[in-house]
Amino acid sequence: MFVYTIRRLIQTIPVLIGVTLVVFLMMHLIPGDPAQIMAGERADAETVELTRDRLGLNDPLPVQYGSFVWNAVQGDLGNSIRSGRDVSAEIVPRFWVTVELAVYSTILSVFMGLIAGIISATRRNSISDMVIMVVALFGLSMPNFWLGLMLIQYIGLTVGWIPVSGWGGAAVILPVITLGTAGAAIIARMTRSSMLEVIHQDYIRTARAKGVKERYVIYKHALRNALIPVVTVVGLQFGVLLGGAVLTETVFAINGLGRFVVEGINQRDFPIVQGSVLVLALLFVLVNFIVDISYRLLNKRIELD
Amino acid sequence: MTTTNSIIKVDDLQTSFFTHKGEIKAVDGVHFDVPAGKTLGLVGESGSGKSITSLSIMRLIESPGKIKGGSITFNGEDLLAKSEAEMRDIRGNQISMIFQEPMTSLNPVYTIGDQIAEAYQIHQGKTKKEALQKAVDMLELVGIPSPKARVKAYPHELSGGMRQRAMIAIALACNPQLLVADEPTTALDVTIQAQILRLINRLQDELGMSMLLITHDLGVVAETCDYVAVMYAGKIVEYADVNTLFSNPKHPYTVGLLKSLPRHDIDQEELEVIKGMVPRPDELPEGCRFAPRCPFATDLCRERLPDLEDLGEGNQVRCWIHTDQWNGPEVNVKDDYRSAEST
Repeated sequence: MFVYTIRRLIQTIPVLIGVTLVVFLMMHLIPGDPAQIMAGERADAETVELTRDRLGLNDPLPVQYGSFVWNAVQGDLGNSIRSGRDVSAEIVPRFWVTVELAVYSTILSVFMGLIAGIISATRRNSISDMVIMVVALFGLSMPNFWLGLMLIQYIGLTVGWIPVSGWGGAAVILPVITLGTAGAAIIARMTRSSMLEVIHQDYIRTARAKGVKERYVIYKHALRNALIPVVTVVGLQFGVLLGGAVLTETVFAINGLGRFVVEGINQRDFPIVQGSVLVLALLFVLVNFIVDISYRLLNKRIELD
Repeated sequence: MTTTNSIIKVDDLQTSFFTHKGEIKAVDGVHFDVPAGKTLGLVGESGSGKSITSLSIMRLIESPGKIKGGSITFNGEDLLAKSEAEMRDIRGNQISMIFQEPMTSLNPVYTIGDQIAEAYQIHQGKTKKEALQKAVDMLELVGIPSPKARVKAYPHELSGGMRQRAMIAIALACNPQLLVADEPTTALDVTIQAQILRLINRLQDELGMSMLLITHDLGVVAETCDYVAVMYAGKIVEYADVNTLFSNPKHPYTVGLLKSLPRHDIDQEELEVIKGMVPRPDELPEGCRFAPRCPFATDLCRERLPDLEDLGEGNQVRCWIHTDQWNGPEVNVKDDYRSAEST
């Protein structure tokens, strides 16, 4: 297991190189000259050239990439073009807000999804199965910004005590529901089909033939096997969630990383976009690493190679 | 079937599957009993209803299947009248079952030890530690080398034969009175088959349990069973002790099965086969169910289903030939079978 963890860690290195490369090139592929933007629209050619030099944009690309990575490793993501403030310092508090939002939403998705999926599978073709599957279909098809707006309109403003913007305390409720619903729906459907497949396996019949209580047959013998594909979905879903966080944070005016990216893009503040995207990508890589490890813990058949 | 001391008595068992196409009678009025301490072989081709019979005894028939009628008397009590909780106390404790596919019958995410210990823990109310010790003992009993290490192994780390031994260990952990073995050796290599059969025979003697052995393999029957019930299309067609069945079979189907075995004592050009297939349970013929494949069938056979008649000495057969009503030519089922087939 230790060897596996180390090996899996080493495997993330090419991914990290890819991520930094893409983020770095982003700045050069986006139309518009960063030096021109930074120096201001009415700056003369000399000022632009000076700015270009100061930003290191005249160096060869590999050198620029090298210094970008070197700085990033040391936690220096540059300064905002607009405000001149340190990007890393700006990102840290927003990063934690987004992590909180994503983690709460994932917990909600997994919790709701598993319960709904298990009920559906064990009561296949019953009324509750049909209701759950129809609700899941809605949850899956609903764009989350729209769900957010509906929740603000019909729950936030009706109930009164749930804040409809910001973060912290009761204000987390609506954004977490907004962001977690699609995941819950996907996990519910995945759990259902996975459980249905597992329930008809021979070893489930063996468990029943041993005199195991039906509850344990489902939660001990079936669920652990059924979880294996579900865990993969949870990991992938986390990436979708980070994308959704951009919209959700915008709808609920949450000062998180997603909204920060949107602001950065609107203001063509490249260091902010670059830094935020890099951090989000690293988070995604980390989560998938954790998923792979837990996958191995669940399923002993996966060998180290 | 009038054995004085039987551990389990199945009487007029009917198990059907209710599909959108209507009722499918998989088991249709089956009678047999397993004498205490003895082995009854339930023999038939695929689709004859023998596995459904064994699952009915365990009350493990899943929807849309349903036990429609009859009774299963175990230790003087009707299993069909028991609640689900009472059945759970019996399963794995007084009646255990082993299955055909050792590769898929063990849970891949738990260790062998955990899976053996589970049954023991449930039924004997022991601690996990005691149960795991029991698991080691059981692995030793079924002849798995270095049981202390293997108790921590996962199923995928064992070969097919070892897994079937582990299955047997699970089934026997609580010292059951009856073992239901559904094709326990079919999925194994021939050399392993012999080992497993010998193991089952030995453990049966040591533990003094009774056994219902479901198989399509008459070789296995000859080696293991005391009595044999031959099943065809959801009904028992012949019941006899194993010597009588092999030396003096009465039903044309039994004769056909025996003739299709390869023999080394006579020179055979080719093996006899029973022509055709077992009818699907939703397309059963009207009269005797074997009539379409039977070389002796008359109009009587095709029109009316014979009863299971007692021929004395515990032999029973479901065939018109052995009744007063037989109106066809005089036949000796055993000797004439081949010539009748080739005409």
